[in-house]
Amino acid sequence: MSLDPSYLDYPRRREGYDHDLYPWSSIFDRKAVAWPGGKSVAVWCVVSLEWFPMTPSDMPFRAPGHMVTPYPDYRHYTAREYGTRVGTYRLLDAFAKAGAVASFAVNGAIARRYPQLVRDIVEAGHEIVAHSTDMNGTIATGLAREAEEALIADSLAALGEAGVRPRGWHSIARSQSWNTPDLLKAAGFDYMCDWANDDLPYRWSNGIVNIPLNHELSDRQILTVQQQSVDSYVEQMQDAFRWLAGEGAGRVLPLHLTPYIVGLPYRIDAFERLLGWFAAQPQAWFARGDAILDAWEAQQ
Amino acid sequence: MRADPELYDFQPYRGRPNYLWPGDKPVAVWVAPNLEYYEIDPPANPQRKSWGKPHPDVVGFSHRDYGNRVAHWRMAEAMSKHGFPGSVSLSVALCQHHPDIVRDGVERGWEFFSHGIYNTRYTYGMDERQERAIIEDSIRTVREATGQTIRGWLAPALTHTERTMDLIAEYGLDYTCDLYHDDQVLPVKTKTGRLVSIPYSLEVNDHYGFFVYNMSPRDYADTLIRQFERLAAEGAASGSGTVMCIPLHAYLIGQPHRIGPFEDVLRHIAADGRAWIARAGEIVDHHQASVGGAA
Repeated sequence: MSLDPSYLDYPRRREGYDHDLYPWSSIFDRKAVAWPGGKSVAVWCVVSLEWFPMTPSDMPFRAPGHMVTPYPDYRHYTAREYGTRVGTYRLLDAFAKAGAVASFAVNGAIARRYPQLVRDIVEAGHEIVAHSTDMNGTIATGLAREAEEALIADSLAALGEAGVRPRGWHSIARSQSWNTPDLLKAAGFDYMCDWANDDLPYRWSNGIVNIPLNHELSDRQILTVQQQSVDSYVEQMQDAFRWLAGEGAGRVLPLHLTPYIVGLPYRIDAFERLLGWFAAQPQAWFARGDAILDAWEAQQ
Repeated sequence: MRADPELYDFQPYRGRPNYLWPGDKPVAVWVAPNLEYYEIDPPANPQRKSWGKPHPDVVGFSHRDYGNRVAHWRMAEAMSKHGFPGSVSLSVALCQHHPDIVRDGVERGWEFFSHGIYNTRYTYGMDERQERAIIEDSIRTVREATGQTIRGWLAPALTHTERTMDLIAEYGLDYTCDLYHDDQVLPVKTKTGRLVSIPYSLEVNDHYGFFVYNMSPRDYADTLIRQFERLAAEGAASGSGTVMCIPLHAYLIGQPHRIGPFEDVLRHIAADGRAWIARAGEIVDHHQASVGGAA
């Protein structure tokens, strides 16, 4: 047995990455960033607002949190809607109580179906980030370029009907195709938040900025996938904050939140306490993604 | 194919060679950071896919990239601060892609051994000439980048052939990290050379802790301390030194919610007094000097 000889060829073995998407640098070698007011940790809450059609699509893949049982899956359809109707309002109240602003990554279908919700979010001072069409709008290499282009355009159109022009994009499950960054740039987005490889924004070769939204720190990862308690989640976010605040230069602490996960009655109290704890930390800056982007860009 | 790897004989965990580590320490502790490069668009190996999704696997790639942009220095600083050198399991192509990281390890006095060319190129299916090529590439690449001659091997993504142990022994390597049958340094049967198995660990590997056992950062820290306490006590009771390895991946342990609890572990072990904190090569050398020809 032997492998094809090309398996031992390494045509992109060179300094830097084996791709040209963005350049490499160590965060510790970059010029230090300071956030407004001399704060060191931008606490970036990103809430995903998602509508799961009861007719799931697996092309190119089925979104996390999507339907599970044979049709009709009332169980998962309604449990996700619980997040949208109830959990989101708990989160809005929690942000208001803590004096926090946040970003909401919103499916186009949410804006078309529940325009009141988008108004409530915008009026509270939060940012809307585009988050595909609905939860059948997944992206991966293999999706035709035109189909992906149309998906991005439809997501923007739906938010536009609600009076919103988003500057940021978040893909379902952070999944992109090779085409995605260029299509997002062409559609006029200033930033995306799919690549979880840094604790600061950084610019791509095509000009778009990626603000890392660390999946490891998400409520889905810690509470649902790893099945840890909400008290442990709170402790982990506090440990993360303390570490980042101690690094002596500006950092982003992203909290990716899901209304049907953290917005449940038995979890929201602990989350409210966490927001209150952040609000009491002198180094904390509650920030929207667009504010983080602007503050970072002004210092480049 | 063999039903038994035929690399070692059964040897019960009693009546083991009577030696402790320098300073009469009962447990040798070594830290093994995996400094890896995962290709974004690697060719397919017929027996194993690199990524679970069509390329680019954004989460898979960018998660590992976090280690090479951010988390490496966090992990390395915590280790240096508490006196733990690294024995690096190195994707040797990292010497080309991110020489700053390799240089950082050299400056900290770390030892380098090979973990293959990339963690996305697997040994499965290689013929002998191909497997020799990756060993020779590893020796040459690490020597050019660090001045060191590699002494150990952890197969890329833990992919082996039946001939791997014989080949690395033939090339003069001293230790393998691929066998998980013991908590002590023990000889490995090879055609030539003098290869030993040094305990690495899957069970207390940060990857297992966080992605197999789904531990919280503090649960993982507690696991490492329990592992240390037990191995120190057993080495002291038997008079036969044990080995604890802490295998790490910067992109996991260097996450902001994990590095603090992990630093507490290093502080605990350094302050305990029973640990000989060493590099893999030093552990192997002391073992060989202690057991002499008995190995």
